[in-house]
Amino acid sequence: MDTIYALATARGKAGVAVIRISGPRSKEAGLRLCGTLPEARVAGLRKLRLDGEELDEAVVLVFEAGASFTGEEVVELHIHGAIATASAVLRALSQIDGLRMAEAGEFTRRALENGRLDLAQVEGLADLIESETEAQRKQALKVLSGAVGKRVDAWRADLVRAGALIEATIDFADEDVPVDVSPEVLELIARVETGIRGELRGITAGERIREGFEVAIVGRPNAGKSTLLNAMAGREAAITSEIAGTTRDVIEVRMDLRGLAVTILDTAGLRETEDVIEAIGVERAISRAKTADLRVFLLDGSDIPLIEPMDNDLVVHGKADVLTQAGLSVSGKTGEGVDRLIAAITSRLEGMAASASVMSHERHRNSLTKALGAMESAQNEVLAGADRAELAAEELRIAARALESLVGRVDVEHLLDEIFSSFCIGK
Amino acid sequence: MKHFDVIVVGGGHAGTEAAHAAARAGARTALVTLRADAIGVMSCNPAIGGLGKGHLVREIDALDGVMGRGADLAGIQFRLLNRRKGPAVRGPRAQADRRLYREAMQKMTADQENLSVIEAEVSDLILEDGRISGVILADGAEVRCHRVVLTSGTFLNGIIHIGDKRHEGGRMGDRPSVALARRLKNLGLPLGRLKTGTPPRLDGKTIRWDVLETQPGDDDPVVFSFLNRKPFARQISCGITHTNEKTHEVIRQNLSRSAMYGGHIEGVGPRYCPSIEDKVVRFADKTSHQVFLEPEGLDDNTVYPNGISTSLPEDVQEDYVRSIYGLESVNILQPGYAIEYDYVDPRALRPTLELRAQPGLYLAGQINGTTGYEEAAAQGLVAGLNAARAACGKEEAVFSRSTSYIGVMIDDLITRGVSEPYRMFTSRAEFRLSLRADNADQRLTAFGIELGCVGEPRREAFARKMDALSAGRARLDNLVFTPKQAVERGLPVNQDGAKRSAFELLAFPSIDFEMLRSAEPELSEIDDDISEQLAIEALYANYVERQEADAEAIKRDEHWNIPDGFDFQALPSLSNELKAKLERARPQTLGHAAKVEGMTPAALTLILARLKQLRAKSA
Repeated sequence: MDTIYALATARGKAGVAVIRISGPRSKEAGLRLCGTLPEARVAGLRKLRLDGEELDEAVVLVFEAGASFTGEEVVELHIHGAIATASAVLRALSQIDGLRMAEAGEFTRRALENGRLDLAQVEGLADLIESETEAQRKQALKVLSGAVGKRVDAWRADLVRAGALIEATIDFADEDVPVDVSPEVLELIARVETGIRGELRGITAGERIREGFEVAIVGRPNAGKSTLLNAMAGREAAITSEIAGTTRDVIEVRMDLRGLAVTILDTAGLRETEDVIEAIGVERAISRAKTADLRVFLLDGSDIPLIEPMDNDLVVHGKADVLTQAGLSVSGKTGEGVDRLIAAITSRLEGMAASASVMSHERHRNSLTKALGAMESAQNEVLAGADRAELAAEELRIAARALESLVGRVDVEHLLDEIFSSFCIGK
Repeated sequence: MKHFDVIVVGGGHAGTEAAHAAARAGARTALVTLRADAIGVMSCNPAIGGLGKGHLVREIDALDGVMGRGADLAGIQFRLLNRRKGPAVRGPRAQADRRLYREAMQKMTADQENLSVIEAEVSDLILEDGRISGVILADGAEVRCHRVVLTSGTFLNGIIHIGDKRHEGGRMGDRPSVALARRLKNLGLPLGRLKTGTPPRLDGKTIRWDVLETQPGDDDPVVFSFLNRKPFARQISCGITHTNEKTHEVIRQNLSRSAMYGGHIEGVGPRYCPSIEDKVVRFADKTSHQVFLEPEGLDDNTVYPNGISTSLPEDVQEDYVRSIYGLESVNILQPGYAIEYDYVDPRALRPTLELRAQPGLYLAGQINGTTGYEEAAAQGLVAGLNAARAACGKEEAVFSRSTSYIGVMIDDLITRGVSEPYRMFTSRAEFRLSLRADNADQRLTAFGIELGCVGEPRREAFARKMDALSAGRARLDNLVFTPKQAVERGLPVNQDGAKRSAFELLAFPSIDFEMLRSAEPELSEIDDDISEQLAIEALYANYVERQEADAEAIKRDEHWNIPDGFDFQALPSLSNELKAKLERARPQTLGHAAKVEGMTPAALTLILARLKQLRAKSA
């Protein structure tokens, strides 16, 4: 039996959110995140971590098999209610082997199978199921219409074709079919892969729309980052001084840029340093800057060490009141160019938001990620040669199944249709 | 009056296997056939097995059926298809000597305990209180029984077409069973129409073999039965030739005279076995098609040209055949023909192949819309076994898709029906990596023993093999190397610090059993066939493990039967669309319901809830 997990409380901002894990590996998963688990039916406070990254602090409850809602071993994580927190914990669970996100109604189904619901409760299920079914239907409609629907249709066609090519060499080996189909199969897989990667980026943007973008200001010490932040925020959010290295920790300011929630991060100035505390600040600055959605590189005449601008990043010249430079220059002190900078940031973020995918749920991310993994394995098996064709076919099948909720079921009849329309079978 | 537990109507591949299975399972069984000397006749091409089909033969054999043993006795050219691909998709295939196969089947039939052969035409069924209680023969005699398995092949309203000539008949030279067809029609069964074709049979003495390419069998032939090691008959080669532009021109010129293209045929033919007319029209840019010249026997000059089935008139057949290289002066012994026939929509069947509308009556083989000897035989086995068990008051024997191709086929048939003659492919099995020809015995023989259809010799051989396998596996599991130790013994692994058992190492593409033997000479005590089996299991171990949860879920859902009268309309929260789909599909288990288009896990839970409720009320 699989171990499944899902958010058991409604999605959205709330004081507390409950994530339920059910199945034979629940405690194992709980241990991975919590380090230790409290006794059954005794609440315990635990820090949740995965691979060193701290996710949240949670009240953790363990239920033994036979004495839980589903009748299976269950671990419940009562976490803070922010959407971002729930997403982070769900994502961590998806990375644990042998766990998968529950389908709608699956906890109830297990409870039913294990005799944990009486008949009166079963009658009462109808309403719940109606709402779940309706939610699934709406989700499916949303995905299958419009531009996303078209992209998804193209993936589907490519997956069917790739599967059919491999299956043709397996099931019709003694017929008149091409012996080596690998070039076309690899091309098809690569195309779907590119599409899925794009969609995954879109998903991130979709989450950002809900949870807010992060923009980091980076630069050398004393470049005027904190002054710029204060100018953008319109208040003294960060301490400024003439002393290089005044900012040690990351300072966050929430702003609303044309309807987009944005957090501007002021970070420690970047330089090699012997000062232990400053070094920690520099390290933190780099790691936050790297994970931010956009970076503003504030120059003060010389290059910025330790980090390189990425594609979309903004590079601006600071201290416009004293230095004159071509391109975008700003001065936090006089406010010169700040509006233009904000406009530039807004337009970049709007660009990202526009690419936001409809598929913005954790479930979609899971299935896309799983499909990507299987496609990578499929590529390896194709490259390994014809004697591993059945393994390549298996990986493609796993990929197609992972995408089933998006592209619909790809079943053997579709593959056979493709085979018989492409090749003259029948010796 | 004669009285049997089970009567099997029809002595083709389905009927023979059904009668044997019923008799093995302990039922007093009668096989009623028009001609006892036609038992074991191969009416289409003289070959058994192949991809998917070879898997079926192995499964039949694992359940102690007769097809595999017969094919081994008659095989004159064995080839393991996909030999250079992974073991899961390798399929044993053999050209068979028609006479040897017939003789083998007839001898096994004569030797089988509990089994009588009655040479007669069945003209009708006897029904009492709605239940089957026997059959009426053409001479008016009645034979009583508890269960009937009907395997009437293409005899239902069969029409043979050669060009614009047509006549009624099941296969060349046989009478159609019109009366029985009327009876089935009166049962109100949903019928459909299919067609299939055969090529002209050639006189081998008039083929220029010396100029043709040949295809020999394998050097180390792989046979079908787990009880056999090597072929019995002398081994021969097949010839290969090709159609050419001239052949295609002759066919194009005469298309309107083809029964198919002349509009005489309404049935749907198989896409994987198109007529030569079809090939020329649909793949017009291909200038040549392969033709395999398959000898029909060691001392039989008839040759089956595989790849050019047709429904063109006889004179055109001669023209196009003689346009082919090596066949310039060939004589046609029997013209090719197309045959159209009725089939019963298999969605009318239960997983035991019993008709839902007529308890006690089982259908197997081509009548259910399938094609192929192997598909027919496998269904025969399921129907015969279940008819016997039902007659003896035992519970049903149901085959799961997660453990056999037989289960895949029956599940496909009864849940999805057919749109063309159904043939097995390995791609139909979602658990293909575990449903292999090499482990059919491990998957099914224990089940067969439990069902009482496996004889003593096989039981013993199976027990010996399983003991050897588990002993071998234990040795490999207990032999553990650190990466350093592995490399020192010539086993290439990453120095990642992970200890691995010999079994785990065997899963590496770069490590084979021979290398393990050099690393640990003691392993030489493991027999070759056992070590080969262990290596295959190691190769797929990770995949099989991954699929276990899926397989388990399928089994769980298959176990929940949905009763015939189940009221989907009464389920409160399902959309009307889904209700309508469920009403149409009438799924018989929760597993089938899961496959109905648009089904959601939540809706499935609701059905399960209702099933539990019903079960609780009836308890």
